[in-house]
Order: sequence, then C-alpha cells, then structure tokens
Amino acid sequence: MKTDLKTNIKAIIARAYVRVVAANREPSWWFTETLLPILSIAAYVYVYKALNAPEEYTGFVILGGTISAYWIFVLWGMAAQFYWEKEIGNLELYMIAPISRMSILLGMASGGMFLATTRAVFVFLVGSLIFKVDFAIISFPKLFLVFVLTLTGLYGLGMLFSSLFMLYGREAWHGVTLLQEPVHLMSGFFFPVKNLGFAVALGASLIPMTLGLDAMRQLAFEAGPKSGFINVNVEIGALVVLCVFFLVISKYALEFMEKLGKKEGRLTLRWQ
Amino acid sequence: MNFAVETFDLNRTFKLKKAKNKKENGNNNGKLIALENANIKIHQGELFGLLGPNGAGKTTLIKILATLLLPDSGTALVDGIDVVKYPEKVRRLINMVSGGEHCGYGILTVRETLWMFSQFYGISNKVAHRRIDELLDILKMEEFARTKIGKLSTGLRQKLNFMRGFVCDPKIMFLDEPTLGLDVQIARDVRAYIRTWMKENPERTILMTTHYMAEADELCDRVAIIDKGKVLVCDSPQTLKKSLAGEAVFRIEVPLSVNGMEKFGQIPGVKQFAYEHKSHLGRTELKFILEEESAISEVTECLSGNGSKIISLSKMEPSLEDVFVALVGRGLKDEN
Repeated sequence: MKTDLKTNIKAIIARAYVRVVAANREPSWWFTETLLPILSIAAYVYVYKALNAPEEYTGFVILGGTISAYWIFVLWGMAAQFYWEKEIGNLELYMIAPISRMSILLGMASGGMFLATTRAVFVFLVGSLIFKVDFAIISFPKLFLVFVLTLTGLYGLGMLFSSLFMLYGREAWHGVTLLQEPVHLMSGFFFPVKNLGFAVALGASLIPMTLGLDAMRQLAFEAGPKSGFINVNVEIGALVVLCVFFLVISKYALEFMEKLGKKEGRLTLRWQ
Repeated sequence: MNFAVETFDLNRTFKLKKAKNKKENGNNNGKLIALENANIKIHQGELFGLLGPNGAGKTTLIKILATLLLPDSGTALVDGIDVVKYPEKVRRLINMVSGGEHCGYGILTVRETLWMFSQFYGISNKVAHRRIDELLDILKMEEFARTKIGKLSTGLRQKLNFMRGFVCDPKIMFLDEPTLGLDVQIARDVRAYIRTWMKENPERTILMTTHYMAEADELCDRVAIIDKGKVLVCDSPQTLKKSLAGEAVFRIEVPLSVNGMEKFGQIPGVKQFAYEHKSHLGRTELKFILEEESAISEVTECLSGNGSKIISLSKMEPSLEDVFVALVGRGLKDEN
C-alpha cells in the first residue's frame, strides 16, 4: 500500500512535470495565451468606459479575464485531454501502468494549474497596471481561500469532463467548444452574475467559477459586496461542496468509462 | 510448469457499425470475430511469437493480456493472475510496445520522456536515469537524449517508444509488431536488443506479434500461427518447418496477372497455393507447396497452357510463411 502511494505520487509529479516544462519551453504559446486575452479584456473595459459604467467594472473585467485563463486551460488541457492522449497513443500507456488513473488526472490538473497561473498572473498584472485598477481587499485569507477553492472545483470539473470525454472521438472536441462561450456568459466573467437574475445565477453556480468570481469580487473591491450574488460565506461553503462533489464523481466516472471502454473496445480506438 | 501467459478458450467479438454485406463481417450479425476459443501457453523465460496476417486477432489478444480489453468469455492469466479479476496486479508485471506508435509529448526531450514513463512504475530517479543511460547507449540514441521528441524523425520516435517499454524492466513484455515501419538498421538494433534483454534474465518473457515471418524465425523460441481469431498451430519454428519436410516448396514468378489465380490451386499434386502481386516489379509471385517434387511439371504445364510466361522458378527451403500457406491455403499478404 505504501509503495502504491509512493508510485502514485511519483506519477502525479511526472505527469505534472510536462506542463511545468511547457510553461516556458514554447515562447510562441506565451503570445497566444497572454496577449490575446488582454486584447479581449481591453475590449470589455472600453465598452464599459464608453457606457459610463461604474469604475469597479474595470476591475471585475480584469478579474474575470484572469480566471478565464484557467477556464480555457480546464477545457482544452483537462476536459479534452484524454481524447488527445488517446489519439497520440498515450492513453493506453497510462491504462497499463500500475497506477490509479486519478494520479494522471491529478498530475494533469496540478501541472495545468501551474501553467495557467503563469498566464493568469501576467494577464492580471498587466491588465491591472494598464487600466489602473483599485483594489480594496476586505480579507486576504478569505480571498486566498476562495481562489484555491475555485481552482480546485474548476479542475475537479475538468477531471470529470476528462473522464466523460475519454471514450469520445471528435465529439469531445465539439463538446468543449460548445462549453466555452456559454460558460463565459453564464458565469459572469465580465459582469456581476447577479445581473442574470437569481434563477439563472443559481443554475450557473454549478460551475465553480460563478461563485468563485462573485466571492472574489466581493472580497477584492469596495463596491463588490453591493453587486454580489449571495453572501461570501455561503459561497465558500458551496464551493467546498462542489470541490468534493466533482473530485469524487470524477473518480467514479473515470472507473465507469474505463470499464465501458474495455468492454466495448473503445479505450484505444482512434480516429473516430 | 510455470506459465507466464495462459489463455483458456478466449473469445472476443467486436460490434461492427454498419456492415456493407454479410460476407464482409463473416455473417455474424454485425459482429467481427477477433478471437475464437484461443488457447495458448507461454513458458516463463520464453520468447514467444504470435504470427498471422493483419486482422488475425494478434493485437486483440495482446490488448486483453495487457488489461486494455475485456474478453467476451474465456480466461486469460498473466503470471498466473487473472487479467479480468486482478488487472492492477497484472499491470505491475507487464509493459507493452506497439510498433508504429509514438509516445509522450513533443515538448519533452527523449530523456525526460523516458523518465516520465519510468515514474509511472515507481522507479527511483537514480535507477531510472541509469536504465535510461543504458538504453540510450545500447540503442544508439545518446546524441538525441536532449532532443525534444517533436523534432525526432518517425523512426527515432518509434525507437523511443520501444525504449519506453523497457525502461521499467517488466517481467513480461508484450511487443505488438515492434519493427513495423522501421528502417532496416533500426529494426536490426531493436531485434538485437530484444535478444540481449532476454539473455540477461531467464525469468523475463516476451510475447511478440509480427507478420514478418523471418523475424519470428530469427527471434522466437516458439510461435503460434493465428488466423481469423483461431490459433492454428503452436510449436518451435524448426518443428513447424520440419512438418513440411516431405513436401516441396516452389516459387514461380510470372508477369503481373490478376485474374484466374485460384485454379492453380487445383492442379494435381498441389497441396497448397498462394500468390502475391508485386505491382512495383510488374510480377506476380506464385508459391506452390507440392505433395511431391515431381508435381512441378504439372504446374509448369498448366502455367504455359494458361499463357503465363515463367520469369523464374526456384525450389525453396520451407519457411514459416510456407507453414502458414500450408495451414490456411493462402499467403500472409493475400487479400482473401
């Protein structure tokens, strides 16, 4: 058992290593993953300025753009990842290794968090400096807690999608594309989610970013609580539940899909 | 007797999406039979070859043994462990290399890739790097150790994949067409390594699939010939070839001809007949297994009567491919 744990930890580190290395080894990725999001953020900021929206909206957009970097990585680097792994021949190598498949997912997630953080920090700092964002942080520990919970929940969701998409072919790719923009809207990336109305915001809260972003805005900006969806403490509690739920359910989904794949012969079937 | 691999009446079918016609899927209600009552026994320390044409069921068998696929029925044991009931235990003992495949991520170097895969087997960094150095040396890849795998040629990436399989030093190795698509020199390196690896430790076992009969002849202690999911015969290459000792094997080359080949199999004295069109040479190669050498005159007469000009005629020592032809009545590369 001890050896198994050690092997699984080694597997997590090894799989995460790929993404840690990838953070800096390909300079062209920096361009698409940092400069382009800043352009997108700038567009929203200028729209708000043109409409004379409250000043804090600029900060909301910067924060949304920062978290957006994680969402894009969760979609393309987690949800669709097992599909890519299958196509390039790695999935079967993971499946025959004497490790828990969750180790691979955790490695992908932790490495992905590091990789996305390098981009997110850049977007956050550059965006905040260019647009002179004023922060009024109410509680650093709470803000940090919300950030960690948001990422955990988000990557847990990515792990769940990864399991579900494992047996899919190109449908996985289409599925990811379908999720990208609607979630940008529903989670209130560039505006307070409260504006969508209670029912829609509640539904969107199944995605950890919705509550995470809302809580971070409430904790980081003076006008944040005024435009908040629900109480920050309630949001923290809900995020904890979502984190546990996604991590546990992704484990079972992965086991189920693996069994199904082995039964139907789709685990290693490519070019579908 | 310790068996590294044992299978008992192993069956596996695949559902076909849309069969164009009944003939195409073997008239099995939209199902393709990949394995039918397959029984093999591989001794510990043996280099065992599984031979057969494409679609014979070789890869299906390996995938079941490697815990990637479930059988419909039957039992498969690896080192005495049931692959369906205890896949986790089996995975500690095995590894698999599929020829023509790549592994890893283009952004990692060769050394990093091998290290990453070694970690999935819990190997310490020190041991992993020592093995990586050995593999890089033996397989002549040292100069590429720091090269990103995205920049390697296809052949070198396949070689890397081969090394990846051996870096964890498994007790039982499954090699699925390990030299597929490799150039002559790389394939030679790979075969040499397989021999060395087996010699180093008598407890190691390899199950290798191939449709290169010469490769199996050169490497394997025993081989099983498989066709359409059925194991037809299993013995040492020498014994299998000896089984054709009383028969004469002739190879005849004629100008490329496509039609009417089947009738040559009905010539008196012909036990089995196979052919292969070599379009790039403008020739068709005919292989006859004759009950007696004297029957060759009947064959040449029939060919002349058919208007086929004989380009070359040679008597051959029986090969494993001839054993296959004798067993199934067609060559490995025949379409039917």
